[in-house]
Amino acid sequence: MRRRDFLKKSTGAGLAAGAVISMGGYEKLWTSSPANTKYDMVALMGGKPEAMFDLGIQELGGMGAFVHKGQKVLIKPNIGWDVIPELAACTNPLLVKRIIEHCFKAGVKEVYVFDHTCDNWVNCYKNSGIEKAAKSAGAKVVPGNSENYYQQIEIPGGVMLKSAKVHELLLETDVFINVPVLKDHNSTRLTCCLKNMMGVVWDRGYWHANNLNQCIADYGLFEKKPALNVIDCYNVMVKHGPQGVSKEDVVNMKSQIITADWVAGDAAAAKMLGIDTGKIEYISIAHKMGLGNMKLDTLNIKRIKM
Amino acid sequence: MRSPLLRIFRILFSALVLICFFLVFSDFKNLIPSKYINILLYLQFVPSVLKFYDLRSLAAAGFIAVILLTFLSGRTYCSFLCPLGIGQDLFSRIGGLIKKRFRRYGFKKPHTVIRYSLLTASVIVIFIWGIYMLTLLDPYSIFGRFMTYFAKPVVILINNFLAGILHKFDVYTLDHITIKGFPLLSYSVPAAFFILIGSLSLTRGRLYCNMICPVGTLLGLLSKVSLLRIRFDENNCSRCGRCSLRCKSSCIDFLHKHVDVSRCVSCFNCINVCPDKALSYGPVRLKKKVHETDLEKRKFVAGSLLLLLGLPQIVRGQEKTTPQPRKESTVKENKTSPVCPPGAGSIADFNIDCTACSLCITACPNGVLQPAILQYGFTGMMQPVMDYHKSFCTFNCTKCTEICPTNALRPLALEAKKLTQLGKVNFIKDNCIVKTEKTACGACSESCPTKAVYMIPYEGNLLIPETNTDICIGCGHCEFVCPTKPFKSIFVDGNPVHQAAKKPENVQSEMETPVEFPF
Repeated sequence: MRRRDFLKKSTGAGLAAGAVISMGGYEKLWTSSPANTKYDMVALMGGKPEAMFDLGIQELGGMGAFVHKGQKVLIKPNIGWDVIPELAACTNPLLVKRIIEHCFKAGVKEVYVFDHTCDNWVNCYKNSGIEKAAKSAGAKVVPGNSENYYQQIEIPGGVMLKSAKVHELLLETDVFINVPVLKDHNSTRLTCCLKNMMGVVWDRGYWHANNLNQCIADYGLFEKKPALNVIDCYNVMVKHGPQGVSKEDVVNMKSQIITADWVAGDAAAAKMLGIDTGKIEYISIAHKMGLGNMKLDTLNIKRIKM
Repeated sequence: MRSPLLRIFRILFSALVLICFFLVFSDFKNLIPSKYINILLYLQFVPSVLKFYDLRSLAAAGFIAVILLTFLSGRTYCSFLCPLGIGQDLFSRIGGLIKKRFRRYGFKKPHTVIRYSLLTASVIVIFIWGIYMLTLLDPYSIFGRFMTYFAKPVVILINNFLAGILHKFDVYTLDHITIKGFPLLSYSVPAAFFILIGSLSLTRGRLYCNMICPVGTLLGLLSKVSLLRIRFDENNCSRCGRCSLRCKSSCIDFLHKHVDVSRCVSCFNCINVCPDKALSYGPVRLKKKVHETDLEKRKFVAGSLLLLLGLPQIVRGQEKTTPQPRKESTVKENKTSPVCPPGAGSIADFNIDCTACSLCITACPNGVLQPAILQYGFTGMMQPVMDYHKSFCTFNCTKCTEICPTNALRPLALEAKKLTQLGKVNFIKDNCIVKTEKTACGACSESCPTKAVYMIPYEGNLLIPETNTDICIGCGHCEFVCPTKPFKSIFVDGNPVHQAAKKPENVQSEMETPVEFPF
């Protein structure tokens, strides 16, 4: 994607094209800006999704600590299933909307939202309520349904997943915010931060066929990491995940976890579901690979009850 | 009536009809609500007859209206309402632009033997063999296939081109759509008919309608007693022959001042072209006629339509390959029956009602409906079949059942569709990743909307699929996502007769809203 940015900019700048490359600041595209925050994780309980995020992000120094003026931001919720918001198969649309609003308040130029859905994408975007919510907050809702939108990347150090095709917006944006919904999962037992990344790649089937847990962890090695993970635990599907059958599968946990460390986020999320973290293979693998810290007792966690 | 407005009205009206049909068949975003599609299709003759045979209600009596219209005004259906007829008029015009002589017709003798034997055969074959001949010859279905197989992919190619340009400007109003294409063999019949009808209409006007089309022949028979028709005013006629030259049905014998009403499609071209004002459209005047004529045979010139044959290749080229898993699966899926679409009731019912117009194939938002090759046997060729290697039937959708013009797919309420079992799930453990690779997968269970596929403990920490066919609806999502190749580890075997699935039972989770952080 460097080439496209380059072409765009150089057309605009005309003869100054050469200068544009040097001022582009491309290193920034590849690394999330590590914010200096007081806490490793903020966990909230007892409020509405929007109110919890307002408070949580304030504790972490506000959205301005993660995004900067003029940047392009990618928000990746889980929009995987053609299911209504009450059944919690997809991220809460109100939370997605509030995060976008915070981004724009911090002065970002553009916010993009997409997911590579499992069900028919048009229905997923519509029936999850996320398309409407995101658009109303001013974000661009982008399709992820065609291989044309995906670019080949390498994952140095990946054991099973050495390369993948990821959505171009993951590469083109300056900051990436991961907004998974916590759910039970039939195979990995849990889907949250790291597993949400199956929606930025084109060929999910490869992961399933080639040691799913290892692939999920391997993806964490890719250099474009989330600046922030906002885990929606407001309504939580505790069984029959990740798609669910009916409202009997859902528990209203009224919680939220915000952290830059996605392994820690997944470990905390596992506790929310009452699962032993060690049972979730990919979390242990990711921890061993140094992608984050699953030992919650060593982290500085701010717990807030509302 | 001798007004030039007659012809202008015909052109405007038919253009509108053709545009509507074009939009319905190329509506790849599913923007047109089913009820409007049904209004447009109400008057299509063959679908309406079939639907009426099934329902016996006024809701499907469009063909009766067409018959009455024909008794009143002759074969106006062919010029005003038949999309294939209107499309041929368009081709004739293009033919005239290529070579003027393609649009100079002149009187020809009717192909009486061919047209009546095809009509008779179509009718007889329905009763003794099945609908197959009508499937081949119904003009609406032929048109539908042209649109679905050839026009829609072009529309999507244009969409993708525009989407690509907008994309460069960071605009995502249009999205890129992958064109999946159909099995190559299923293009053969539509391609052959496109060449036949295309070349006939380019060079010979409405010869197809007057020689082969069974609907045209039937309405031609009826219009022999129609009230309104094209008439000669013998006193004014100077036998200049211009009318005959312009008659795309080649049915005006100007030497004998006679119009063959069984072939006249009421296009009104002759009225406008007559310098003597000798032709008019009005109530029949009964008169003795003699007819015999000299006839001029024209060479049959086939248009160059090779691009058409190339199109399927271009379309199929859009499909991209995905990497293969490491080990190949070994056990072949043992499918005993194809899966027919929701609303079909049973394969047998479906096969006798469907004319393969392909409207459902083009309207399916998931692209799971594919034209059959031999899944239903030779006579069911091109009828839609569920192809779970291409896609799956999305849970919250009843589109195909809403729009079927022949009632081969009967309307299903969403809740009923969610409990209609098209087929049953079969799990082949020996192909499954969990067993062969000893790694987690669960793609099938994850995608199952009813949890007819669920996971049970396997070796160590692993979970392996288990199935419950009672609540399986045969949507094929599990089969579609199963990553094993060349054989899937899980597949849906069709129910020859659709069955009722049990409603999935669910109990409230025992977990409660937490009051303390568990970490």
